[in-house]
Amino acid sequence: MDENERGMEPYLCGESFHAMDLNQRFEDYIAADQKIEAKDWMPDEYRKTLIRQISQHAHSEIIGMLPEGNWITRAPSLKRKAILLAKVQDEAGHGLYLYSAAETLGANRDDLMDALIDGRAKYSSIFNYPTLSWADMGAIGWLVDGAAIMNQVPLCKCSYGPYARAMVRVCKEESFHQRQGFQIMLNLSEGTDEQRAMAQDSLNRWWWPSLMMFGPNDESSTHNEQSMRWKIKRFSNDELRQRFVDMTIPQVELLGLTVPDQDLKWNESTGHYEMGPIEWQEFFDVIAGNGPCNKERIAARKKAHRDGDWVREAASAYAQKMNAKATSNQTHAA
Amino acid sequence: MTKAQHIDWLLSLADDALILGQRLSEWCGHAPALEEDIALSNIALDLIGQSRALLSHAGRLEGAGRDEDRLAFFRSDREYRNLLLVELPNGHFGDTIARQFFYDQFALIRYTHLAQQTFDSEVAAIATKALKEVRYHAAHSAEWMIRLGDGTELSKARIQESVDRLWPFTGECFQEHTILDAAIASGAMPDRSRAQNTWNESVGAVLNQATLTKPEGSWKQSGGRDGLHTEHLSYMLAEMQVLPRLHPEAKW
Repeated sequence: MDENERGMEPYLCGESFHAMDLNQRFEDYIAADQKIEAKDWMPDEYRKTLIRQISQHAHSEIIGMLPEGNWITRAPSLKRKAILLAKVQDEAGHGLYLYSAAETLGANRDDLMDALIDGRAKYSSIFNYPTLSWADMGAIGWLVDGAAIMNQVPLCKCSYGPYARAMVRVCKEESFHQRQGFQIMLNLSEGTDEQRAMAQDSLNRWWWPSLMMFGPNDESSTHNEQSMRWKIKRFSNDELRQRFVDMTIPQVELLGLTVPDQDLKWNESTGHYEMGPIEWQEFFDVIAGNGPCNKERIAARKKAHRDGDWVREAASAYAQKMNAKATSNQTHAA
Repeated sequence: MTKAQHIDWLLSLADDALILGQRLSEWCGHAPALEEDIALSNIALDLIGQSRALLSHAGRLEGAGRDEDRLAFFRSDREYRNLLLVELPNGHFGDTIARQFFYDQFALIRYTHLAQQTFDSEVAAIATKALKEVRYHAAHSAEWMIRLGDGTELSKARIQESVDRLWPFTGECFQEHTILDAAIASGAMPDRSRAQNTWNESVGAVLNQATLTKPEGSWKQSGGRDGLHTEHLSYMLAEMQVLPRLHPEAKW
């Protein structure tokens, strides 16, 4: 998008401004709902926050391929196999353009990947839970991708242009993922007794971890305030979680299933569902690396990367040879 | 071609695609780079799509009520008609690429003919679509053969080893076989020696560009078209078929 389309004078005029002026212009610009672009001036902290958030999102897509990839070879029909494969492939695509968005901020994909496999980077904790049945493909699509959409739709309007635009595409695909997940659940809930039990068991296991995906309660969330002001985050964790519950419970009822929350009830006066307390200790344990699959997930990613070292080295050696050849041909031609 | 031969022939086409697609789908999430996760999944998707169309066609022709899933999930290894080449384990990335390269070059020749033949118009329609996909697959695998062959010393040694190990499995593509002979006689399949020559030339040209040595050996591993497979297929099917076999009444 060029400056004219953005409808405002570019706020960056470089050297004539002192750092404080730049900062103020930056804040004003964001307050006016304008997009920051890759080459625009931005505070270091804004850049750092975005790199952290975008790369964590990219890592989540990549690690997220593993629990679902676990069922591709066992998908129960060829159509389901094709859909699941396409879905996991989309996630690789999301990872790719999110890493690219992070690169516009000066991050380097190889460094980000190293941070992931060294265990220095974070990713969505939900993927540290195991996928134990085919119904988990349904629950992940329906609940996990559903929660992700709830988190991500507001990001389509976030202040950083490349991220916002990447998210538009991600969200379109995620909504297809969510529908296919619900379709699997619907299919199971209308199926044999074993299939219905499979669906219920899966809902039991994924419900709470899905609610935890929105992050800690507002009063204990560390990154909220600054990110809200910078429009990197547009709604609080608790607001989004409530929206998710309000949207999902009618779907649970439609499936004829029940959520594993005895305290759940409809509050007529607020027009919202009230939910029972979340076991935050479990959330923090999983984040600290003690979930059921943290080590496996990282080990699998590390193995894929290390096993691929020789392939990537060969590709870059070959590309260098070709470049050298092209340069030497040009020299001769000249 | 008798009807039974016709169905068997369709199954041989479908099974090549399904089994290779199933193998490639094992890579999803484990490839050397994200771009290859995407490429290999994409190829797997194309192959599974081809197999679905071919299996459905075979099922309709048979007229015994077997649909694509019945044929995919309720046949034993002895009833599968695929080439041994496509059921071999993925190995490392070079093994997968060499297997894919040999198959793609074969598939290109086969689908080119299938798209033009008039024996089975349904197959011609499937092949016309598949041919577009296979051209892309063949370009992808040939490019990787060249990158790995002409990349580093290590990659050259590895991919040469893959080529040598897989070579004995390539002869089966062109081997004489009652059903395929009947298909050739009906004009449904390309002439054997001409197809083999074309394959040899195109494979030779890529190997040459990749600075690799084309193996000399003429020993062929075969049996796939008759349902006599390697030890690997039964494991693969056990994994692939587990859910429908465990819940035979269920719809998914």
